[in-house]
Amino acid sequence: MKLLNRVLKGDVRAAAQLIRSLEDDVPEAVAELKDVYLHTGQAYIVGIAGAPGAGKSTILESLIDIFRKGNMKIGVVAIDPTSPLSGGAILGDRLRMQRQGADEDVFIRSLASRGWKGGLSKATMNTVHVLDAMGKDIIFVEAVGSGQGEVDFARIADTSIVTLIPGLGDEIQMMKAGIMEMADIFVINKAEREGSDNLRMSLEAMLSMTPHQPNTWQPNILLTEAILNKGTEQLAKVILRHKDFLISSNKIEKCRRRRAELELTAAIESTLHHHLETMSGCLLVKLIDDLVLRKTDPKSAALKVINLPEQK
Amino acid sequence: MNLERKARVLIAKPGLDGHDRGVKIIARAYRDAGFEVIYTGVHQTPEQIVNAAIQEDVDLVGLSCLSGAHLYLFSEVMRQLRERGADDITVIGGGIIPKEDVPKLREAGMKEVFLPGTSLAQIITWTRENIKLK
Repeated sequence: MKLLNRVLKGDVRAAAQLIRSLEDDVPEAVAELKDVYLHTGQAYIVGIAGAPGAGKSTILESLIDIFRKGNMKIGVVAIDPTSPLSGGAILGDRLRMQRQGADEDVFIRSLASRGWKGGLSKATMNTVHVLDAMGKDIIFVEAVGSGQGEVDFARIADTSIVTLIPGLGDEIQMMKAGIMEMADIFVINKAEREGSDNLRMSLEAMLSMTPHQPNTWQPNILLTEAILNKGTEQLAKVILRHKDFLISSNKIEKCRRRRAELELTAAIESTLHHHLETMSGCLLVKLIDDLVLRKTDPKSAALKVINLPEQK
Repeated sequence: MNLERKARVLIAKPGLDGHDRGVKIIARAYRDAGFEVIYTGVHQTPEQIVNAAIQEDVDLVGLSCLSGAHLYLFSEVMRQLRERGADDITVIGGGIIPKEDVPKLREAGMKEVFLPGTSLAQIITWTRENIKLK
């Protein structure tokens, strides 16, 4: 309880220590999470994804400057990949956010993916919760530089930004399932480069294939040169417009449910995983014996382990 | 339950010094040794480094300086860490540093200073033996 009290008062060190302990599954911190959770739900969550080098962190640096002018308190959770070989990681997103390096009201936290699939890390939501409890108004979640299929960032975000750059493919890439379906806002960064107009047209063509329904959000396409802060004022405005839309249409409720669902599923999976690792080996050994002897099948054995009745 | 804590280190270059080949090699060596490395790059102010060390809750800060300003810059990082109550974080340094400056840097609170010629393995081994995982 002690750390949480300090977090609620805005203590940066306490928040950082709590985040770290939660990430490492320290039992005392996990116990504090129950109380942390009661103090969350206020922050607005913006997710950003895109290929490595597309400019996600640079866009965030520019956006943070803009939102800080409005005196909003900002949290950033930036995820980079863990090495499958050594288990180590280079967390370099912070490097692009130097202008906020000395701002007390901007809390940037780098996380390593630690093997989590989906472009985030297991600790992402707990980190968001601590920053939320600390009183941050907007929390940006920057996913691992991603390909096409890592879409968890959009499942936890209220506003999802997909960052593209010219020169990475033709219009067929625009039609593919996955990340391209998840954006509330498309950002074409490095827009000074050749091909950005073609990319915009391909995107527009892709979006026009979805018939516009009343009371739905039409994804925006914005061109930016984030390193020069070009186009990011407009991006900040569109983020706020999307927020207003979610609130006025009550779709924000849907975002919250989607986020809760992802967290619940992840919690169930990790609890089961933990259960499996710590449960008495006897049952597992017996079930493996049965499988080898074809006395049962994997699915029925699994149901026995988690103590569920067999499905009819 | 993960009872083994992951070591986190911050690698930074304070001051007006663009020679970052060495510091990148160090960052990479830590990565390959299984550490989570927050790399903040060149031209950092002591304040930025201290803020990052606190927000990232690292076990170790590694400072590199090849410009000759190590006495002022490293000591300033140490002073600000103390001021913020974060001087439990282990700080080491390296770069083009004359031997006679090492005692002064230790006096400022740095745990170790690695001079030219140090092997990567020495630094990693030292780190494993000397940081306390909280």
